[in-house]
Amino acid sequence: MSQLSRDIRKNHRMNIKTRRAISGYLFILPFIIGFLVFMVRPLINSLWMSFSTVEISPSGFTNTWNGFANYIKAFTVDPDFTRMLTEEFTKILTHTAAILVLSLVVAIILNQKFKGRPFVRAVFFLPVILSSGVLVGLETNNSLMSSIADAMKKNSNFQMSDSVVAILRLSGLGAGILDIVVDIISEVQDIVMSSGIQIIVFLTGLQSIPDSLYEAADMEGCTKWESFWKITFPMISPLLIVNIIYSVIDFFMKTDSNIMNKIRDTMVIYLDYGFSSAMAWVYFVLVIILIGICALIFHRRGVGQDHV
Amino acid sequence: MSKAENNVLPSGYHPKSFWERNKRSHGYLLRREIRSKAYKLFRFLLLFAICFLILHPILDKLSVSLMEERDLYDSSIKVIPRHVTVENYEIVAEQIYYWKALINTLWISVLVAVLQVAASTLVGYGFARFDFPLKRFWFACVVLVIIVPPQTISTSLYLRFRYFDIFGIIKALNGGEALNLRSSSIPYYLLSMTCMGLKNGLYIYMLRQFFSGVPVSLEEAAYVDGCNTFHTFWKVILPEAVPIIVSCLLFAFVWQWTDTFYSKLFLGGNTLLSMEISPISDRIANYFSTQKGIGLSLGRRNQFVSTATLMLIAPLLLVYLFAQRSFVESISTSGMKM
Repeated sequence: MSQLSRDIRKNHRMNIKTRRAISGYLFILPFIIGFLVFMVRPLINSLWMSFSTVEISPSGFTNTWNGFANYIKAFTVDPDFTRMLTEEFTKILTHTAAILVLSLVVAIILNQKFKGRPFVRAVFFLPVILSSGVLVGLETNNSLMSSIADAMKKNSNFQMSDSVVAILRLSGLGAGILDIVVDIISEVQDIVMSSGIQIIVFLTGLQSIPDSLYEAADMEGCTKWESFWKITFPMISPLLIVNIIYSVIDFFMKTDSNIMNKIRDTMVIYLDYGFSSAMAWVYFVLVIILIGICALIFHRRGVGQDHV
Repeated sequence: MSKAENNVLPSGYHPKSFWERNKRSHGYLLRREIRSKAYKLFRFLLLFAICFLILHPILDKLSVSLMEERDLYDSSIKVIPRHVTVENYEIVAEQIYYWKALINTLWISVLVAVLQVAASTLVGYGFARFDFPLKRFWFACVVLVIIVPPQTISTSLYLRFRYFDIFGIIKALNGGEALNLRSSSIPYYLLSMTCMGLKNGLYIYMLRQFFSGVPVSLEEAAYVDGCNTFHTFWKVILPEAVPIIVSCLLFAFVWQWTDTFYSKLFLGGNTLLSMEISPISDRIANYFSTQKGIGLSLGRRNQFVSTATLMLIAPLLLVYLFAQRSFVESISTSGMKM
């Protein structure tokens, strides 16, 4: 083979490589444009706005730098913000934990064979459709409706939590634990409604575990409980972090959260863009920190090593 | 112990009774049997309870929405209405311009879903199959898009479209005035076409995951046969990916249907179901007090909200009924694995 033909071949291969790279960029071009125009710029813009006072005029808007005034206002002046923030975060921690446990248990059950499984699966996935957007907030959206909801709660004959409280009191739990338990129980519906996707993710993980592992464990005399902790749990733990992140994000994006409403109202009704941006950024940074901590904990334990 | 089993067993073998076998196993068989029965009962109760929790609100709303007013106050009626009426549906339909809103919502949801998924498919394929510089960086950006709550950037997006301008060109043409795109739906279509709509990062992720699983040999064969890259994508890859694309479309459709956040920001000018339904209770109360001169009781208001909710989700339930497989399997096949 002559030097020339080798050169041509080399050249050709480079050509293909560059061409593939160009095609690749063409394919992801929509995303790049969208990301630069509708994500990066607004992101920087809103960060800038959170440090300034925004004035609106017919020809556009002007930002005047005012340092940390908006942030200081959010944390010290505004009566609701810090309270809402702490409420939201305690709620998110308890909710995520409850969602994980529930969806894992349900996924394990749904992985077994029994009559009516397709129906049950269909029902369990229904909330993914029905607990999004307007439907969540519909009943608590305006003050009138929430007062109705309160009235209905008091008068309804379906007082689940009260009877459960009575039972738990009798069983002699401490008051602190009792409160947490009662809190979780009264939120059960919420939790069930937001664990559709998580159940499916766990289910996928469970189906990918080979049966032979369980058979071997059974031969060696493992109980079901042991084989859960020694086989099932390690095998699906990479999905744990997926589910944690999904639950956290899902929770933050819910339209019925108090903070979201406050941010939106501050912007649309009071036109205080700077203050609204500052609150949104505090919120966003806290989400990132929370997700980061979760990811870190699971990496530390060596759990997330084998995911790609 | 069944007949079929007996036939297989060698002749002369008499199956022992349960108790005899139990005795031989020192009570282990009985314990195992009890444990498995108890577990089955527990499983049934748990599944039943959760199914009930999920379905209860829907059934409850259905029964309330079909009641006449006097049934509401009749304490002997709990679940099944005695006087069935569709009057509530008629009133709500009139108040929220149901048919107009339905058609609008349908149109916008389909359009937005198609735009979003088309863009996401291209991007997902690009990430799955091509090697290009900064690929990891751009994919990190996709993850960022999934994580950033839209609320964070909503403020500045809002202003951006309020005073829309491309490098000052529009300002120059329009005599110093920036274009106000707030009242049109164009911004939202732009967002959808560039993968920045509702949960689009998730679709990119799902599609990329799927395309990564398609064997490369398929494309190589097409390439050898003389297809160029786009031809291969169109003729070979897309037909393979129909199921996952359909499920992404369904998700996009459903989430758009119930969305209020983006709708409030960008689609304010349209009559959309989700937007019409939020203030339904106040609107109906207003209608009753001005038209008929009567106030509405709490129960009756709740009845109207239930009716409206059902009317909002009825089309979704219909879609779900026919496409339930697609919804569930998309997640298991594309595997939301990391």
